[in-house]
Amino acid sequence: MSIFADQGTRLVVQGITGRDGSFHSRQMIEYGTHVVAGVTPGKGGQMFEGRVPVFNTMADAVRETDANTSVIYVPPAGAAGAIYEAADAGISLIVCITEGVPVMDMTRVLPYVRARGARLIGPNCPGLITPGACKVGIIPGNICAPGRVGLVSRSGTLTYEIVNHLTRNGIGQSTCVGIGGDPLIGTNFIDCLRAFEEDPGTDAIVMMGEIGGTDEQNAAAFVKASVTKPVVGFIAGQTAPKGRRMGHAGAIISGSSGTAEEKMDAFKAAGISVMKRPVDVVTLLRERLGR
Amino acid sequence: MNLHEYQARELLKAAGIAMPDGGVAATADEARAIAERLGGTVVVKAQVHTGGRGKAGGVKLAKNAAEASEHASRILGMQIKGLTVEKVLVVPAAEITTESYVGLIMDRETQRPVYMVSAAGGVDIEEVAASTPEKITRLAVDPVYGLLPHQSLALAFTLYQDIAQVRAAARIMEQLWKVFTTNGASLAEINPLVTTPDGQVLALDAKVIIDDNELDRRPDLAALRDESAEEPSEVAARRANLTFIKLDGNVGCVVNGAGLAMATMDLVKYYGGDPANFLDIGGSSNPEKVVNALRIITRDPNVKAILFNIFGGITRTDDVANGIVTATKQFDVGVPIVIRLTGTNEKEAVKILNAAGMTALNDMDEAVQKVVALAREAA
Repeated sequence: MSIFADQGTRLVVQGITGRDGSFHSRQMIEYGTHVVAGVTPGKGGQMFEGRVPVFNTMADAVRETDANTSVIYVPPAGAAGAIYEAADAGISLIVCITEGVPVMDMTRVLPYVRARGARLIGPNCPGLITPGACKVGIIPGNICAPGRVGLVSRSGTLTYEIVNHLTRNGIGQSTCVGIGGDPLIGTNFIDCLRAFEEDPGTDAIVMMGEIGGTDEQNAAAFVKASVTKPVVGFIAGQTAPKGRRMGHAGAIISGSSGTAEEKMDAFKAAGISVMKRPVDVVTLLRERLGR
Repeated sequence: MNLHEYQARELLKAAGIAMPDGGVAATADEARAIAERLGGTVVVKAQVHTGGRGKAGGVKLAKNAAEASEHASRILGMQIKGLTVEKVLVVPAAEITTESYVGLIMDRETQRPVYMVSAAGGVDIEEVAASTPEKITRLAVDPVYGLLPHQSLALAFTLYQDIAQVRAAARIMEQLWKVFTTNGASLAEINPLVTTPDGQVLALDAKVIIDDNELDRRPDLAALRDESAEEPSEVAARRANLTFIKLDGNVGCVVNGAGLAMATMDLVKYYGGDPANFLDIGGSSNPEKVVNALRIITRDPNVKAILFNIFGGITRTDDVANGIVTATKQFDVGVPIVIRLTGTNEKEAVKILNAAGMTALNDMDEAVQKVVALAREAA
């Protein structure tokens, strides 16, 4: 079992003929994902890699292929437009990989997507993977293994680091979701925690946050109130200076709020086991799962 | 991107917000000329990207042009929180009856722009928010409709009773909305918004932060960047498409990905070291980026050892290895390098490094402990 993506995922790639889009489409196909369509305006009628039909519009792609999920690799200037188009085409899960989408655009995109009943993951995220079934985005498939631990993270390569520790120690994953490093994102920790809590294929949850904002604190309150499964957490940015954007647009301590310390305290108060180092994920999970 | 006060003032004025006339000066003579033109008492204000300018002696009242020139010569070149003052703003000293705060921020929780308005202005609003949050009125605005007339009036009524002042303030709220949305700001703030003895409502100080993601489509705003106000190594890094933040430690860090970069710095600290920087070489890293990263880090004399921590996903570890080898051929790095890499094309990367007489580690903890020990030995 899994959350958000599985064998039933029928994926359309927005920006499939671009440099990043084509590279990652090949990887997703290789992993076994059902990539049913691509969209690049002006390239409708072509075949990607001789097997995936390319359409001019999302409406065409959905009508012809019954796609239910989209992944976006278009440049920042076109990313908001691509999300609107996917939502209008009736896509239920939209994953936006693009980094650098203006936040002002997102203030309008997010309510638009919600009003159409769709879920957006990202922007500025690595996407998600349900090991052994389906990968939507850029998380390397070879470091993951099927299993029963759910993982949600604001980061990309830090997620890989932790997943790698899990896999090497025989702990497989139900689904790994990268929710993105931007200040305004479509799916937050709580959305993922709720889904993992409800997923019969998930026994425990790993949550990886970072400095900036209050999403982790809110998530901690949610864990305390509504999550029965064990949760292990990590916060990146203990050594980050105040007021500086640490790579991710959302990773910034404003004034004195959003520090790593504050978030780790919130985790502990909610009964979340807090890793001091990424490698601690293995010991803490084993402790919490009693194995 | 932070704007200087004088730049923020221009954006506010362009939206029609009433602000006292003023001018920006890079020399004492220029400051004198502006003060002469304005006549009367003026304020000379240091233009640096930090708060607490007044406490640091960077804001001075001058009774006449000669005094303005004196203050300017003292403030220009002054260090405030490590930043050198390159310019001063000279504005007329307004007579003030009341001081309020009006701010508009991009709020992560409501995912909307949020007004923060308080009759307790002229002071650090963070302190007001922490000690007396009830003194701040908040309003989240639907970006599709913008600030509606009844909303701007309701906000203004929290500041003033006099209807003429309420209407003037409501107008300023609406104009600030325009500043915020048309410039892609993450913060637009007037502190203080004052009333004068003759009843006028005026914006005395302005602060605007632009969302960095806007700059690609807004070259006019990108041109406002003042590189002289930044750490030179950070400017060089941005030009090389690297995300770099200088810190005070002695362990240089080169990492792919922001989250892993932060976690690497944290682990350096955990093992008793002190990171010299945050550096994210990004996803699709070509060898050239690695060479630039090493050049920038080695310019910092504090750096005693350098750690590469690369988890290859999109990043090819062989590209990084090639970059390290190229850099060491081009210039003398001068300090030991510890390399941890794993993931995409790891075997090729190790071969490339071995051929150049270097080795790579596979484990992050082992690599961090090693680099911390090396930095300690060299210190």
